[in-house]
Amino acid sequence: MNGAQDLGGQMGFGPIEQEENEPNFHTKWEERAFAVTLAMGATGSWTLDASRFARETLPPADYLSSSYYEIWTMGLEKLIVENGLVSDEELLKGQALTPSKPVRRVMKAEDVAGILAKGGPVDRPEHKPAKFKIGDVIRTKRMHPEHHTRLPRYARDTIGRIEAVHGVHVFPDSNAHGHGEQPTWLYGVVFKGTDIWGPDSDPKLTLRIDLWEPYLDPA
Amino acid sequence: MSHDHDHDHSELSDIELRVRALETLLTEKGYVDPPALDELIETYETKIGPKNGARVVAKAWSDPEYHARLMNDATSAIAELGFTGRQGEHMVAVENTPDTHNMVVCTLCSCYPWTVLGLPPVWYKSAPYRSRAVRDPRGVLAEFGVTLPDETDIRVWDSTAEVRYLVIPRRPEGTAGWSEDRLADLVTRNSMIGTALALDPSDLEDAA
Repeated sequence: MNGAQDLGGQMGFGPIEQEENEPNFHTKWEERAFAVTLAMGATGSWTLDASRFARETLPPADYLSSSYYEIWTMGLEKLIVENGLVSDEELLKGQALTPSKPVRRVMKAEDVAGILAKGGPVDRPEHKPAKFKIGDVIRTKRMHPEHHTRLPRYARDTIGRIEAVHGVHVFPDSNAHGHGEQPTWLYGVVFKGTDIWGPDSDPKLTLRIDLWEPYLDPA
Repeated sequence: MSHDHDHDHSELSDIELRVRALETLLTEKGYVDPPALDELIETYETKIGPKNGARVVAKAWSDPEYHARLMNDATSAIAELGFTGRQGEHMVAVENTPDTHNMVVCTLCSCYPWTVLGLPPVWYKSAPYRSRAVRDPRGVLAEFGVTLPDETDIRVWDSTAEVRYLVIPRRPEGTAGWSEDRLADLVTRNSMIGTALALDPSDLEDAA
């Protein structure tokens, strides 16, 4: 979706604020927001793609004026309500009022190391041949879906070249919305800066973007 | 809380209450177990961070066979050092050369190679970096104090999928014969994102 999250190429945000010896967390609540988000992800109630969509559907003014852990917190509040784990009233009152919904797993302290070390690989078996091979010239689709997608706006309707074939990966556009993984070929596509930004681009710039087959047409 | 009327503090206390209420509710509902939350925080505070990535880079600088394995299949080569899992399931190493400088961004969210770099810094997740890294990387690099020759190719990697990128910075001059441990001290977090070069040996002397 064309939400506030799709930041590539936008202007006017000012200088990058760096912090010397920055800690992982600046406050206790950031630690807790981080950990609660990961632990709720481990319940298996939604996909990582769905959690990204929950964040990018925040109103743009909220998204852009919030810190990243605030965005995570607001995204998590949406996810638990949408998935029926918590009611609006419970969230408002901060108190359990109804029986809990069964979840696939509740993460215990002793599970943490194993769960993190395992991660969540998204490569899947090949079920049909790849449409493109290294060196093929493609054009990205012109599209503006309201659903989750990982083709950034700045790279739409643009000529690029296939530089890597990563394999078959879970397709976020379907997986974010409960339509299953629909695994699809994923490619590393290289673009010239000038093809994306026009003649003002740095002439020595190239961009490498990972894109799924449904985003691409032969050029 | 102190009687501090700083606006940042009053905003923080709102979110503080909100997060506390959320954790209490989710615990009461039985979906999360607080000791697991402590363990998650502790893990990223003490076990997973850019020191992991620095070991990978130092080994790649020192051991040509490891370097070859890393460039061919970074996920497996990084796993040899014990770094696997969440947000590092599909790794690719990209190497800076005299001709090409690599820089990594996630314009759409905050994708970052957690297994080797830990959690991303605030600037990496911020709108200024995410918006500008893809359009004006030289301007971004200048803000980080890096000036590259005009003829250097700049390649920006936008992490739009679950593939995570680790930049292998150039090995600094004057480090022949250094041990991997000593080399790792030259490898900063930013140098593995591509917003810095590896430290020069003289930088270490300055710090000592």
